[in-house]
Amino acid sequence: MPIHPVSSGLAFAVTSDFLQSPTTTFAPAGTPAHSVVGLSWLVYGITGGIFLVVGGLLVYALFRFRHRPSSPNADQEPAQVYGSNQIELSWTVIPVLITVMLFLATARVIFSTEHAGKPPEALDVTVIGHQFWWEYRYPQLGIVTANELHVPVSDPKHPTPTYLTMSSADTDHSFWIPRLAGKMDLIPNKVNTMWIDPEVAGLYLGQCAQYCGTQHAKMLLRVYADTPEQFAAWVAHQQQTASQSPDAVEGKAVFEHNACISCHTVAGTVANGRFGPDLTHLASRDTFASGAVPLTRENLRTFVDDPSHFKPGVLMPPMHLNQHDLDLVTSYLVTLK
Amino acid sequence: MSEAAVIPQAQVGEWKLPSKGVVGMACLIIAEAAIFIIFVVAYLYYVGKSLSGPTPKEVLEIPILTSICLLSSSITVHYAVSSLHKGVRAATSLWLALTVLLGGIFLAGTGMEWYKLIDPNDGHAPLTIRTNLFGTTFYSLVGLHASHVIIGLIMLTLALIFSLTGKLNSMHTEKLEVLSLYWHFVDAVWIIVFLVVYVFGR
Amino acid sequence: MATQTPVPAAVDQTTETAPRRLVFEVLQDWISTTDHKKIGMLYIGYSLIFLVIAGFEAMLMRIQLAFPNNHAVSPQAFNRLFTMHGTTMVFFVGMPILFGFGNYLVPLMIGARDMAFPRLNAFSFWISAFGGLLLYFSYIGGDGMYGAGSAPDVGWWAYAPLTAHAFSPGHSTDYWTLAVFLSGIGSVGTALNIVTTIISMRCPGMKMNRMPLLVWLYLSMSLLTFVAVGPLTAAQIMLMLDRYLGSHFFDAQAGGSAVLWMHFFWIFGHPEVYVLVMPAFGFASEIIPVFSRKAIFGYTAMVAASIGICFVSLSVWAHHMFTVGLGPAGNAFFTLSTMAIGVPTGIKIFNWLATIWGGKVHFTTAMLFAVAFLFQFMLAGLTGIMLSVAPLDWQLGGSYFVVAHFHFVLVGAILFMLFAAFYYWYPKMTGRLLSEKIGKWHFWIFLIGFHLCFDLMHIPGMLGMPRRIYTYEADRGWFLLNFLVSTGAGIQTIGTLIFVFNMVWSYFKGEVAGPDPWDAWTLEWATASPPPAYNFATTPSVASRRPLWDLKHPEDTDGQYE
Repeated sequence: MPIHPVSSGLAFAVTSDFLQSPTTTFAPAGTPAHSVVGLSWLVYGITGGIFLVVGGLLVYALFRFRHRPSSPNADQEPAQVYGSNQIELSWTVIPVLITVMLFLATARVIFSTEHAGKPPEALDVTVIGHQFWWEYRYPQLGIVTANELHVPVSDPKHPTPTYLTMSSADTDHSFWIPRLAGKMDLIPNKVNTMWIDPEVAGLYLGQCAQYCGTQHAKMLLRVYADTPEQFAAWVAHQQQTASQSPDAVEGKAVFEHNACISCHTVAGTVANGRFGPDLTHLASRDTFASGAVPLTRENLRTFVDDPSHFKPGVLMPPMHLNQHDLDLVTSYLVTLK
Repeated sequence: MSEAAVIPQAQVGEWKLPSKGVVGMACLIIAEAAIFIIFVVAYLYYVGKSLSGPTPKEVLEIPILTSICLLSSSITVHYAVSSLHKGVRAATSLWLALTVLLGGIFLAGTGMEWYKLIDPNDGHAPLTIRTNLFGTTFYSLVGLHASHVIIGLIMLTLALIFSLTGKLNSMHTEKLEVLSLYWHFVDAVWIIVFLVVYVFGR
Repeated sequence: MATQTPVPAAVDQTTETAPRRLVFEVLQDWISTTDHKKIGMLYIGYSLIFLVIAGFEAMLMRIQLAFPNNHAVSPQAFNRLFTMHGTTMVFFVGMPILFGFGNYLVPLMIGARDMAFPRLNAFSFWISAFGGLLLYFSYIGGDGMYGAGSAPDVGWWAYAPLTAHAFSPGHSTDYWTLAVFLSGIGSVGTALNIVTTIISMRCPGMKMNRMPLLVWLYLSMSLLTFVAVGPLTAAQIMLMLDRYLGSHFFDAQAGGSAVLWMHFFWIFGHPEVYVLVMPAFGFASEIIPVFSRKAIFGYTAMVAASIGICFVSLSVWAHHMFTVGLGPAGNAFFTLSTMAIGVPTGIKIFNWLATIWGGKVHFTTAMLFAVAFLFQFMLAGLTGIMLSVAPLDWQLGGSYFVVAHFHFVLVGAILFMLFAAFYYWYPKMTGRLLSEKIGKWHFWIFLIGFHLCFDLMHIPGMLGMPRRIYTYEADRGWFLLNFLVSTGAGIQTIGTLIFVFNMVWSYFKGEVAGPDPWDAWTLEWATASPPPAYNFATTPSVASRRPLWDLKHPEDTDGQYE
């Protein structure tokens, strides 16, 4: 149950500003999200209009035709009206027309989003969903990373969208960054595709939107839309193998003599496990555990000691290292920039 | 608010409604058909998609004899009902016995087919429900049908026993007719299963 | 022209004297009964107990979600709570309570003595009841994924492959599968009974186009049940085969498809929600005319719309799968079919509105709930139209917008109409009226709680909050809204408790009702309250849709206008 009245109150005040939610669907920053918002105005307009008309008539009817006990013919039954074919016809035809119009407008957006041509400058990223983290592979660039997706900003005049090819290694997941696009599911044995083209550089947040198990709530998404310079620098860095800091030789030994290497990959070392996130450039990320934990030395240490401290039910088991080895391994991990 | 209830008694001419048994069985048939359709859909969805293992063409033989037996049993059960309607006990027992026999042959044939699939002697890989998608969808669909045949045979055998021990008379015609509707349904499902599994799917 | 045909009638002057019975005798009577009225009340009582339990589960979830990164409830427990809440509400509250009302009312409204198959009726109830007990036994039975308490935690749709042995070891998923399977058998049994009763046991003169609309709606929902429950039963058999015999229906490793489960589930799941809502339409079609003092407007159109809804509802299922990758043609088709179902549904709302128009509206508690139903069902339909637009669903699907939408239907439409049905038919079932005074408190408190909770709930969805998450980050801007939503849930709890109090208090102290407290027009009001075991002293025979109107207004009978 909630903690301090003070910190709750503060949190209340700060976060009650839901008008500035980083995941609002009303602040689109990419073409797919824009086309949804555009369509939504039409939809809200029509449904709002229906609500006002029908709701208004209902309110009026309830007021005008209420039983008034004091009126002279209060005990008489009102005139019994059984129906009217013309009226039935009219309120069948009008909704049908509205439906047809709405459908045509919708079909247009469906086809334009899903059949969008792929420009040659598009970046390909393969996304594989896992319980409870995101694997990202850039086949054109030879990069494998996890949890924090870097894509180039897309200038509408010379679009450089990112095309995501998605599947799952285990259960169903769903990739949802509301400001960039609608969601698309990641399903084992099925390949889905979607595209994003962030028009403003910055960090876009989201999270898994299909229940996938215990830690579904903490399978967060972070998409970094980089300027061309930032993106080039990031790519160059990621393409390198893991840094071999002399400070971390002992820690590296601990890492490589434990079961770590059977689940994790650190490029250029013997660690080549595929079950867990790629750690080659772990320390270059802002967060770990799929966006759930800020990346600090202390947090890393706690996580390695007992992952369920942050994410109860996460699939990484506690490693049961002694304090000394824990410190060494943490020192090693923070050098993996 | 009136103190005593008043029951309308309008003048109404002749008033005849469909029989409860027939309507009830029709409802049951619709519900069961919905279940079967899904298993058929699964079969069709997975046709040709097995990643390994024997294919239908390799291991399935068209069960002509047993199918003829099962479908004929619809005719025999129909005659059982009309005999009962006429009150001819001996004929009713005979037709019911034939129905049970023909159904029994079908079941035995299915059993033998499965035995050969699971434990083949002719070099083919064995096929079980866990072998591949074909095994999964084959055994579940044919097995679901076979379980319905078994239930039908139990009911028909009971009817036969009642007939043989003289407890059945023409007043029970409608009940036997309702049972025969179920049996016709089982046969109709077999036609579909036969076409999907042994004709189209091979 | 009014013809002066006197309408013949019989006055029931039998007096009911019941000697006091021992507790044991009463219990034995209720446990072994095959009387449709008692079975109906067993269903209703049973569902109310589960309503309270599932409501408690909801309250726990709302307490957990009232604050970001809260620790009121563990992630594992939360995941079990939302699974159990959904499964319970659909299968062990919604279906039984609606079948309960159907059981009670349908034979009475068609002038029959009981259901077509009384023993099947009892069997259907007890097997459903057993299913519910089995589901809740899971909280203590066996060991689950992470130790004690193995209630299912796979969501009420139990998507594959989360339900495969690899991802759901232990037996929690099996409890879900078996409990729901048994409930399905019960549902099919009762639906079969309802259809057969309606077709084969109507009293003389009650042609199909003279049946009360409630009876038509129960006929439709029962027919739909046959077609809808089958796919779920089939899918559950396949799931059990996968889990225990190693088959590969949903096994991705062997080429199986997770999407196939979704198709099968939603081919059940979508018609299922129409099965749930159609009885509510039936209640509305009886209650609104009586308290507007006018016949229902457009009887034939209402029947046609109900049947139309049944058929169209079979073609919309993949609007639950817009984000699965069906392709643009698939998405467009299901958008169209889903929008199409708005047409007959809208027709019904317009007909109810036209019934009120020109009438004399009496705002009894039942009518208050019915009026709220009209507004709320309309809103639910409109948010449904929003979701039918596939691109909007790509954003709003799988989010709290959807949760708000379907609770608007399930609570705002169905539960509100159920409350109305309670206030309207409780006098018939018990012989006493529910207190109008307490009823007004119940209505207003519940209404405020409902709107505070579910109106606001749409917004976090539009702000990116997915469903089925045990907590959320503080920086998303969802805090205030979730807090208010949770408060609304608490207020609804209070409203519900007031309702329960009303039911109990009125049983002992309520005003005696007599056979026809509302001056209504259908056959259930032509017998005592509560009805004798045989329902009617003589079999009724009717000549119009409102036989009691004809008796009360012999100068202006309905028959000449039909």
